[in-house]
Amino acid sequence: MALYSEKVMDHFRNPRNVGVIPDADGVGQVGNAKCGDIMKMYLKITDGVIADVKFETFGCGSAIASSSMATELIKGKPVSEALALTNKAVAEALDGLPDYKLHCSVLAEQAVRAALEDYETRVREKTQ
Amino acid sequence: MRIYADNAATTPMCPAAMEAMLRCMTERYGNPSSLHTPGQRAKETLETAREEIAALLNASPRELTFTSGGSEADNQALRSAAALGRRQGKTHIISTAFEHHAVLHTLDRLAREGFSVTLLDVHADGLVRPEELEAAIRPDTCLVSVMYANNEIGTVQPIRELGAICRARGVLFHTDAVQAVGQLPIDVQADHIDLLSASAHKFHGPKGVGFLYARRGVALTPLIEGGAQERGKRAGTENVPAVAGMAAALRESVAQMEQNAARLIPLRDRLIEGLQTIPHAARNGDALRRLPGNVSFCFEGIEGEALLLLLDDRGIAASSGSACTSGALDPSHVLLAIGRSHDVAHGSLRLSLGPETTEAEIDDIIKNVRDVVEYLRGFSPVWRERAEGKAPFVL
Repeated sequence: MALYSEKVMDHFRNPRNVGVIPDADGVGQVGNAKCGDIMKMYLKITDGVIADVKFETFGCGSAIASSSMATELIKGKPVSEALALTNKAVAEALDGLPDYKLHCSVLAEQAVRAALEDYETRVREKTQ
Repeated sequence: MRIYADNAATTPMCPAAMEAMLRCMTERYGNPSSLHTPGQRAKETLETAREEIAALLNASPRELTFTSGGSEADNQALRSAAALGRRQGKTHIISTAFEHHAVLHTLDRLAREGFSVTLLDVHADGLVRPEELEAAIRPDTCLVSVMYANNEIGTVQPIRELGAICRARGVLFHTDAVQAVGQLPIDVQADHIDLLSASAHKFHGPKGVGFLYARRGVALTPLIEGGAQERGKRAGTENVPAVAGMAAALRESVAQMEQNAARLIPLRDRLIEGLQTIPHAARNGDALRRLPGNVSFCFEGIEGEALLLLLDDRGIAASSGSACTSGALDPSHVLLAIGRSHDVAHGSLRLSLGPETTEAEIDDIIKNVRDVVEYLRGFSPVWRERAEGKAPFVL
């Protein structure tokens, strides 16, 4: 029996949207090295749409796969839709995660949200 | 190509062990407790195995009890010594912070039952200091339990010295020798060992069988009741094929021990040297006082499970003390005990070599570990932070 689904292994072996956006409109980092998982999301937003997204992750196979899947789920979507991303949607899109790895999908949801919050803060500051 | 570098987790069985087991299944199938000839033949096989194993450890056959493996032997050793201690009003136990959970969890249980437990420091090199044991012994100390060799970082403890201290102070001495039996020469008398645990599958024997050595006069408390097998110390029909397989495997391991170590040590050191060329990587445990086949490393900025899975994709089977490999939140207690920080402990890798390991495999492992570590660091925010000087490197 394999530890992870084929989907998880695919996203772990060939993570989508890996890297950094130097002039990102929003950046979010969650988790801590003590617990063994850190995710960092970079967003480029044009006309309220996620035009580009990149991630960096320090973590296990499912943390890398969850980050990768989360970027796929929000890329090209309006900000409002990205804000509604849930950990459940990430886990389901990966054909499930082992119970003790579900926190990886939670972290992916939180990373997306943190990057969007950073974006919104920057927008507010600009308009003030 | 597949490279098996996880011999500390388990070993492939040797042909001699398989043959011995098969013979029990086909010819010596009787129940050793039966009075008829097939039963008595099985009994004979069982007792021959006991004699053989005892001789290899300089013990006497009556001092060996067969168990389901190392964990059961650890549980029974601690429980028995605690029971003996309590009868004398002694309820203090000394052990170390990097024992196997079979010992640590039993100690937790005993602590809840009123025992006090002192865990000795194992220092950055993964070695217990005899003088610190000496200082920790109190008038009410009933047991000292220190593992012979650590399962994760491979450090070999000064067992003879520790045993001598315990003997001089009248305290029972137990050692979890699961990683050492078959790898290192063990003499229970010269080492002053009162109780010793072993597991067959670590030395090319079958899984699900092990033994507990208890020096004559050290009474064992049965964990399993229900029969007079093993002289009342462990009920249940004896696993004759497994015991015969264990004896055959140990005979072979001990016979090849010296030549095996002479072959493995240079391979181990070549691997350590190769991995040390990876930046911000560090060996765990003392360089010399370690098992012939154990290599343990921490790599900064990456997580061990991801490393293991990618190595597996490249045909290399290894192990990690990362929390993610065990389903726990904290990384290996062994790595924390030698002072590794949490984030560095998450990036650990254990490679345990065996008699099949070749020099070409070592070079292949070095190349692949270097590639995978570099790849994972390439998108690790922890690594970036440190590489860009925004946070200090730990290693």
